[in-house]
Amino acid sequence: MSPSAPPVAESARPTTARIALAGNPNAGKTTVFNRLTGRTAKVANYPGITVEIEEGRWVLPRSGPVTLVDVPGSYSLSAHSAEERVAIEAVAGLDPYPRPDAVVVVADATELARHLYFVLQVLELDRPTVLALTMVDSLESTGRSIDTTALSDALGIPVVQVVTSKDRGIEELTRIVDGLLESDSRPRVADPFDEPESLHRAVEDVAAYVPDAWHRGDPMRARALARWAMLTSDEPDATAGLPAPLIAAANRHREAALAEGRDLDAEIVGARFAWIDARIDRFVRRDEPDTRTWTDRVDDLLLHPILGFALFVALMTVVFQALFVGADPFIGWIEDGVGFVADLVGGWLPEGLFRDFVVSGVIEGVGAVLVFLPQILLMFLFLGLLEDTGYMARVVFLMDRIMRRVGLHGRAFVPMLSGFACAVPAILATRTMERRRDRLLTMMVVPLMTCSARLPVYGLMIAAIYPLGSGDRPFTQGLLMAAMYLFSIVVALFAAGVLGRTLLKGKQPPLVLQMPPYRRPNAKVIGRGMVRRAGIFVKEAGTVILACTIAMWVLLTFPREPELDRDYAALRAEASAELPAEELEERLAALDAEENGDRLRHSYAGQLGRTIEPAIEPLGFDWKVGVGLIGAFAAREVFVSTMAVVYGLDTELDEHSAPLRKKISQHTDSAGNKVFTPRTCLSLMVFFALACQCLSTLAAAKRESGGYGWPVFMFAYMTALAWIASFAVYQGMGLFGFE
Amino acid sequence: MQCLSDLGAACCGRLAKLGGAGGHRRRLLEMGFVPGTRFRVVRRVDIGGVLELELRGCRVTLRTTEARDILVEDVFE
Repeated sequence: MSPSAPPVAESARPTTARIALAGNPNAGKTTVFNRLTGRTAKVANYPGITVEIEEGRWVLPRSGPVTLVDVPGSYSLSAHSAEERVAIEAVAGLDPYPRPDAVVVVADATELARHLYFVLQVLELDRPTVLALTMVDSLESTGRSIDTTALSDALGIPVVQVVTSKDRGIEELTRIVDGLLESDSRPRVADPFDEPESLHRAVEDVAAYVPDAWHRGDPMRARALARWAMLTSDEPDATAGLPAPLIAAANRHREAALAEGRDLDAEIVGARFAWIDARIDRFVRRDEPDTRTWTDRVDDLLLHPILGFALFVALMTVVFQALFVGADPFIGWIEDGVGFVADLVGGWLPEGLFRDFVVSGVIEGVGAVLVFLPQILLMFLFLGLLEDTGYMARVVFLMDRIMRRVGLHGRAFVPMLSGFACAVPAILATRTMERRRDRLLTMMVVPLMTCSARLPVYGLMIAAIYPLGSGDRPFTQGLLMAAMYLFSIVVALFAAGVLGRTLLKGKQPPLVLQMPPYRRPNAKVIGRGMVRRAGIFVKEAGTVILACTIAMWVLLTFPREPELDRDYAALRAEASAELPAEELEERLAALDAEENGDRLRHSYAGQLGRTIEPAIEPLGFDWKVGVGLIGAFAAREVFVSTMAVVYGLDTELDEHSAPLRKKISQHTDSAGNKVFTPRTCLSLMVFFALACQCLSTLAAAKRESGGYGWPVFMFAYMTALAWIASFAVYQGMGLFGFE
Repeated sequence: MQCLSDLGAACCGRLAKLGGAGGHRRRLLEMGFVPGTRFRVVRRVDIGGVLELELRGCRVTLRTTEARDILVEDVFE
């Protein structure tokens, strides 16, 4: 037993045991992690979804609670990307990661041969290991099955078939890991797997340079880490932190082999695949003829260079229209609810500053943002369906020809798609790419993708131009929304093309992609994803957006007694004295509204808005929109809540319960012209599509790029782009005679 | 020997030699593109230039530009 092996008795264990959960991307690892720990991390049916290490608590019947570490998905344990580097360090227990007491390897049964490559690499590290096979039901539906006993005998480790949605194998897995912790059983597979003699000698020689702290006296482990070094040594990016003598030894053998006309990479990788190829037919039984043909037939259509692309665009339009039609009744209910609460609270509280604060500031401001919860839930239902069925991988395939043209990495499409949800996780997901240049290029354009925070703004503007059910042509709203999404993709690709040829020059990045078979989506998994996203949205509405809304309310309300343009008290007195009773009421109401508007204009925010008005006037925005824009630079949704506060303060109290989208569409300026014309709304949407209005995105970019330079550049170029594009839209539409 | 990029759909054969260098070449190896491996071309999309292959019962797609670095032998349809 090695010195750090877990002691037998639970009471003697100094800290909780650590179990590493490792596997290829897309193996279903995160689903297993969620099932075992009860955590709800995001699960998706395309590679590269887990980028940061997550840990969860897993309670075993005998060993008690242990820490389950969700290791980033990786195709191999040789580091080609930042993510794979983390994977090997976490599984091998290299600094800074503690050594795992056992490893659970997750492998996709439908792609067993390729996933076994990873399994063998884990076994070489000589830790107590168990193999969990996922997608077993998918495999069975294609008329195949896995001989678990043969696989277990050959590998020398326990093998469990797991179907998380049906709870199949979970109990068995728990019991086996519990047993592994107590008995410290090691894999019994022969090491090295069919390695040629010359290669074996080279590996042994390099193994002598592996630091003691890494192999802890285990020669098998030392050889495994030697192979890792040999497969990494010629990449300066990947070898950072490896001991220099180890790299030197690995390079010496690499060059010696090259001089003999041998290829060490192919020999090391080939030895593992030779082991797999010799046995795979014993592991996978074919019970019926291959039924994968229907996936192929569907793919013939969906991957067709023209039809497939047209179907993708059509599908997206339907999805976005459904976003409006499907969410509309729920939005109405939430609007009514917010209006009801505002009236109720407004009735309870005595008239004054505090009532204005609670009703106009808190309830209406946050309520205006919460209204978009149904659309966000639906958005994630659709994204979840696309991911879970495997269609996302096809979209990556379709998009590659475009991505390649602008110099983006093939995998950049995954972060860009997550950018539809939120730029922050999308920026983290750029870690799946090997090279810094690819990561930076993707990071710089991801915030241009239409994130869910833009949805409330678009929703508000589109509803202002085309209220649902106003007898317009069908699909208008959906088409407009789809156009905004398409616009964001086009601009992001264009920006990547320009940046990739100027600031971030680089060679054409390669693409190797896996195409999973279509799967039936798992309702539970999608549901959990929706609930999680909704939770984040509501939490943000209750914290960040609430704080910003309150700040904007304060700026809009103070100073309380500003220097007004006219003396309203005198005007009122004058009206009371001169006008007959029937005209008086109307005149007084008009004076009230004018005074409110005047106060707003003289408030701190009003002054700010009017200061920037010259800069935004050519875009078609008045100072009130300017106030919203200032608030939106912290977070985009604040625009909506700020507009709610602006229009709430501007109007009579009895109009409070009117929802914001109605107020916006009916709002007129002093001359009686509509303020939110289609021209202004489009200009505003374009501005929101392009401007970098998100502090969290800038923070994430700072963290991932390791400095202030890139986020500052991101902010500058996006904001400049937004101004220019909005200017072009507003002035261009003016030239064509739009009001 | 032929170039993998020259093959059409439904061609079968064996991988012979891998060109290219460094991390990308190693990535191909680790995805199963080891010399000697049998394969089948499942799909070839010329607009866009993508090949879908089946190796050891797994599906992998790569661009035809990258397939130019891969030499194959024993090709039949």
